[in-house]
Amino acid sequence: MKARFRAGDRVRVLHLGKAGHVRTPFYVRGKVGTVSELCGYYLNPEDLAVGNTGGPVIPLYRVSFRQHDLWPDYHGPAHDTLSIEIYDHWLAAE
Amino acid sequence: MSDLHGHDHSHEHSHDHAHAAHPPLVAEDEAGNIEGQIIIDALQNILVRKNLLAPEEVTQEIEKIEAPGLHLGAKIIARAWADPAFKQRLLENGKSAAAELGIKVGEAQLIVVENTQGLHNLICCTLCSCYPRSILGQPPSWYISKAYRARTVREPRQILSEFGLDLPDDVELIVHDSNADMRYLVLPERPAGTDGWSEEQLAALVSRDSMIGVAKANMA
Repeated sequence: MKARFRAGDRVRVLHLGKAGHVRTPFYVRGKVGTVSELCGYYLNPEDLAVGNTGGPVIPLYRVSFRQHDLWPDYHGPAHDTLSIEIYDHWLAAE
Repeated sequence: MSDLHGHDHSHEHSHDHAHAAHPPLVAEDEAGNIEGQIIIDALQNILVRKNLLAPEEVTQEIEKIEAPGLHLGAKIIARAWADPAFKQRLLENGKSAAAELGIKVGEAQLIVVENTQGLHNLICCTLCSCYPRSILGQPPSWYISKAYRARTVREPRQILSEFGLDLPDDVELIVHDSNADMRYLVLPERPAGTDGWSEEQLAALVSRDSMIGVAKANMA
């Protein structure tokens, strides 16, 4: 699977509604951020958690969000951000 | 819990996903007490009372578990302070730079984030307890508490001030949620007044908390 995004791309985190060992916390779902880097290609933890270690590997990105976009009541200056890792299938181009 | 409300209708516990299949690894009550810790404390008290165990032995064992980690992180930071070219390589690839010092990072990748006068980095793991254990040892209990995990992404500046670090508004704050395959290490600012110090002297100034980002590295 080829990486669909690169540093600087605006992306929205999807609401996939998947159960199980998902690594995308609720507080970023539906939020728009900016890809800061492609971390590489890793096995999908949703598969690993159920014993499927056969792959394929998928792209993993670091995505940066403005804190004020995540939390409407954020107490802090506008330049504060949060960086989190998101697997490719949880992202859509914005 | 319905007793506290003073009324008697039934409270349906509605989760949008089933928890019953896998009880949480760390059970905490509303005050933040960890169930496993309460059981261990009770067991330890009994063993101490029966003279089967001395409290110092427990402390020594805990130190033994934690000690192998921290000094490795401190060694990496001290080298980065002393050697600008190493620092550059460390920021580009934490794992391969650590390997230059004979330190094996067991996690997939180590991302080193540098604190400066105008930028502060803070690490947490909202989903569980991801932590660069191969270079810092086991995480402190507060790092895996639900309070730290939930609040650090939401009100990080309040968290920092509770740790005694009041970050001015003109300093940019980046919170890193260590939620997947990467692990993070904060490169704290080198304390002033340490010119000419050896790496060993510098390493002694690098605290665990400064490598998580809840404190600065300070002169002892």
